[in-house]
Amino acid sequence: MESAASVPENNGAKIVIKGVKKRFGPKVVLDGLDLAVPKGQSLVIIGGSGTGKSVTIKCVLGILKPDAGQILVDGEDTAKLRGNARDAYLRKFGMLFQGAALFDSMTVWENVAFGLIQGRGVGRKKARDIAFEKLTKVGLAADVGGLYPSELSGGMQKRVGLARAIAADPEIIFFDEPTTGLDPIMSDVINNLIVDTVRGTGTTTLSITHDLVSARKIADRIAMLYKGKIIWEGPTAEIDHSGNPYVDQFIHGRAEGPIKMEVKA
Amino acid sequence: MNFFTAVGRTTLELLKEIGRLSIFTADAVSSFVRPPIYWSLVLKQMMRIGFFSLPVVGLTAFFTGAVLALQIYIGTARYGAEQFVPTVVLIGILRELGPVIAGLMVAGRVSAAIAAELGTMRVTEQIDALTTLATRPVKYLVVPRLMAALVSMPLLVAVADAIGVMGGYVAATNNLGFTGSIYLNTTMNDLNSHDVMSGLIKAVVFGFLIALMGAYNGFHSKGGAQGVGAATTNAVVSASILILVANYILTNIFNMLNF
Repeated sequence: MESAASVPENNGAKIVIKGVKKRFGPKVVLDGLDLAVPKGQSLVIIGGSGTGKSVTIKCVLGILKPDAGQILVDGEDTAKLRGNARDAYLRKFGMLFQGAALFDSMTVWENVAFGLIQGRGVGRKKARDIAFEKLTKVGLAADVGGLYPSELSGGMQKRVGLARAIAADPEIIFFDEPTTGLDPIMSDVINNLIVDTVRGTGTTTLSITHDLVSARKIADRIAMLYKGKIIWEGPTAEIDHSGNPYVDQFIHGRAEGPIKMEVKA
Repeated sequence: MNFFTAVGRTTLELLKEIGRLSIFTADAVSSFVRPPIYWSLVLKQMMRIGFFSLPVVGLTAFFTGAVLALQIYIGTARYGAEQFVPTVVLIGILRELGPVIAGLMVAGRVSAAIAAELGTMRVTEQIDALTTLATRPVKYLVVPRLMAALVSMPLLVAVADAIGVMGGYVAATNNLGFTGSIYLNTTMNDLNSHDVMSGLIKAVVFGFLIALMGAYNGFHSKGGAQGVGAATTNAVVSASILILVANYILTNIFNMLNF
């Protein structure tokens, strides 16, 4: 993978997360997380299960409120957004969920068009055309558009989820475990689709995964999250020479090393 | 010491729950007057909450009215006051049993359905997905259900009232030897708008509680299948209890106002 990305400067970053803390009851999930996602680049957060990867994304979206710290998107503090300003803020985002999270009461094309019709007031006919165009883009035939999500395989659901995430051409896309639960070939198909649909469009993406193959393929930069903090961050090519024993243990998948599996939550 | 910890923890949990419910309710109700309102979803929910509850509400109302006539006959016959059966059945159905029976049946049917549907959407991240598609989940999911329940319940109760009174009529004429025309005449003469209205006002309140409990429990369900199951149970139990408590309070208020 190319590693043209340079060290991000805060003023050029699309998303800046500063000292964000979040805990649920006694369990500290994020413990002063600092991270900057450069504009137009793809940053992948890697880390074990339960290290707070999903919580990070939910904090940026405002689904969860951080206990402390600041999240800036385009230099704007997201904590103060209310009402219409928050609606406008959310229109910048698209997201592919781990389980696709398709609306099971709607057909595939209605799912893809949902954000256009409900969130952005696009006319139904126009939204339908865009939906079918995006479905083609993720390699689904037009006849899939009329099916319901329950009639699709996991890989196809992920594709529909991807089509829905890119439907409104958002400025920022989140990918939550895009390849989890897919076979290696389908994983590669999804990775390629992510790269194809996002590269060159100027879209900023933030992904979370523990699939290193996927991370290497879709990332410009990789950050490793451990115990609620970013312990390493750098260009994709440098991950093999990070000099960080935690990162080394993770990318080689060793049970022995500084990271101890916490059996008890 | 353990005892106090337990009491303290339970109290705090209860307060937290009340606070969360209050915020949720305020958010939902204030969304009533802020566009966008998804009218097509309101209509769809009215079909599901109102129309499809008709059979179960009608059946229960019929048999409740019938058994009410039989029991009131036993009581009144002791004093030779059988002629009051139609009137007492009428008031009993209109003021209490129509709204309460319909409320409990709809609570079982609709609170459960709402909690299970929203709960599943919560645990499969569909509610979060709404947020990422620039749609407010409370407006899209909760407001249409609340509105539909508010409108549907009085309509359902009006139907339940009519069918319940008819149940009393059928029992009285078939089993108790009443003459049909006399029974109907007495019923019509004693029909009073206050009795009808007090039942319908109760219906509106019950409708709100039913949809709110279903939506609140579904919205905040945790975990997987077990969490959704717990949310569904909580929704039905809390809606049923709140209906009975609200019914007692409302009846007291109506009595004080001589309504």
